[in-house]
Amino acid sequence: MHELSLSGAVLNTVVKHAGERRVSLVSLRVGRLRQVVPDTLEFYFEFVARGTICEGATLELEIVEASLRCSPCEREWDIEIPAFRCPTCGGAEVEVASGNEFEVESIEIEEPQCIAQK
Amino acid sequence: MHRTKVRIVEDALDANNTIAQANRADFDRAGVTVVNFMSAPGAGKTSLLERVVSDVPGVSVGVLEGDVQGSMDADRLASLHVPVTQLNTDPSFGGECHLDANMVRSALDALPLDEIDMLVIENVGNLVCPAEFKVGEDVRVMVSSVTEGEDKPLKYPLMFRTCDLVLVNKIDLLPHLDYDLDRFLYNVDQVHPGAECLLLSARTGEGIDAWRDWLIDLARAREEMPA
Repeated sequence: MHELSLSGAVLNTVVKHAGERRVSLVSLRVGRLRQVVPDTLEFYFEFVARGTICEGATLELEIVEASLRCSPCEREWDIEIPAFRCPTCGGAEVEVASGNEFEVESIEIEEPQCIAQK
Repeated sequence: MHRTKVRIVEDALDANNTIAQANRADFDRAGVTVVNFMSAPGAGKTSLLERVVSDVPGVSVGVLEGDVQGSMDADRLASLHVPVTQLNTDPSFGGECHLDANMVRSALDALPLDEIDMLVIENVGNLVCPAEFKVGEDVRVMVSSVTEGEDKPLKYPLMFRTCDLVLVNKIDLLPHLDYDLDRFLYNVDQVHPGAECLLLSARTGEGIDAWRDWLIDLARAREEMPA
């Protein structure tokens, strides 16, 4: 369900940048902390893209691993389970260094060949 | 045809965040503090609001009620003589499972912002999607009822991480359940270190005073902000 809303957000972002040109590929960076199921996102994207410039476009996902950084002790570590306390000092001043991404990294646009030169 | 790669690097939720900021600016101008109130279906959001909204001393509270369909919750709250505005998400595809900034924006004109000090936006019951979409709130409050199990913070970390207060509801049922409250509080602290939790029961009224006081303090925090 959440992938349906997110795929709509991806589509809107792509349309904003592509204008009326056809899009063949959308590259997305998705942080592990976003709890996105790649297959589900692809399924819904294909669905919401129908009848738009993204119809038939491939959605390419790059999963970004989650890593945290403790401000006081400057330790940085990767997490598998959602535990946000620093394992070294036990502190709570922990920021997400990566893993929150949900961004359109690039798109591939189909453009007509230049026919100026015969 | 040839293909050109265009680099974008833009958060796909930027459009929503921009509209949320505009909502927030409008709420700020009206001097209204906004609470985005979220939980799973049936955790007790409406019951916890019924307990307090008509009786927060010195604070006039209005409610924006988000539901996929129907106005049962809005009717319950309106009977307490507080201003309630209904927002149904149904007209879009299948009924959205959350409110987004644009939906809240569409309801702005219907909100009595000059009559209220605080607006509680009761989101659609869901622990996943509402966490992704800011609507223009100052704070996020979530309800987790003890019947849902103590593992929920670990299963829905984004929701628990982004809220400012966790209301642990239905504690009157604890004697009948295998629920490990300490484990739940530990799990909350794992995903959101230092997060504030209040234990309460909408049914018996236990802990409701602390919930009301939290809202009073929240409203005061705005009054004390430099204009």
